[in-house]
Amino acid sequence: MDLADLTAWVQRFAELVHEQKDELTALDSAIGDADHGSNMDRGMAAVVAALADAPPADPAALLKKTGATLVSKVGGASGPLYGTLFLRMAGAADGGFAPALRAGYEGVLARGKAEPGDKTMVDALGPACDVLDAGGSIAEAAQAAADGRDATVPLVARKGRASYLGERSAGHQDPGATSTALLLRAAAETLA
Amino acid sequence: MSVGIVVVSHSRALADAAVELARQMLPGRELAIEVAAGMDDGSLGTDAMAVATAITAADTGDGVVVLMDLGSAVLSAETALEFLDEDVRERVTLSAAPLVEGLVGAVVVAAGGAGRDQVAAEAARGLAPKEAQLR
Repeated sequence: MDLADLTAWVQRFAELVHEQKDELTALDSAIGDADHGSNMDRGMAAVVAALADAPPADPAALLKKTGATLVSKVGGASGPLYGTLFLRMAGAADGGFAPALRAGYEGVLARGKAEPGDKTMVDALGPACDVLDAGGSIAEAAQAAADGRDATVPLVARKGRASYLGERSAGHQDPGATSTALLLRAAAETLA
Repeated sequence: MSVGIVVVSHSRALADAAVELARQMLPGRELAIEVAAGMDDGSLGTDAMAVATAITAADTGDGVVVLMDLGSAVLSAETALEFLDEDVRERVTLSAAPLVEGLVGAVVVAAGGAGRDQVAAEAARGLAPKEAQLR
């Protein structure tokens, strides 16, 4: 993984989150606590500022700085979850994007204890990792994440604030899966 | 020395009020109770780095019991463990107790000099008096 490319990835993710902040929050207001867009925007803005303030020397340092900033600045559950994703990627930065993302995904599973089908970011991230591990391109992984996001609509939430709604969470797209699809879209635009 | 207590909440006001309620049980007695709650800008949320700092500040060598509200407070507390020195991490218990009731029970026994396991056990049975009353 190339430091400049990864920097572009993180910056592009921050842009996409900022552009779609209101949509993410609207999704979260339907089934959660209405802060996913503002939380992720605050966190990613802090990441971009931190990277500009002290440019990391290598990919692992960049991923670690990104993760450590997110666990501190997001505020909601997405902070520890996205933070752990990047921190685990930092620990697996030597092997390329696919194994690093897989390590990050496993970190998210361990941290959130969600399973596929629980209506969470796992439902976008897991399919993307599966595509990459099977030799697919990052663009194909981004499409798999978008498909996984769309497939959260009929699901009943079993994790997070949305799980308090039970059956009433069905019929709404999961905000976490939506922001994760943006993460993969940003990767397809910058890392391909 | 005694076991330290950390309160993790989305809301600084909620955490401070819970600590105020619990400290009523400790007239004239000292106990390290640290709060990690809310975001720098005043909005609701939890910060894993702030939790790690609070745990370090509350630890006098006898360990720390962490009480949390819900959701990201729990995930942030778990994440905070990664940022602690290993010797500190080994003497931290994250309690599944309800925040207010668990905190009141925990501070009483902690101030009495109980060990970390005993403090955590007292927090865990925090709902027992309420359940007995309402039975």
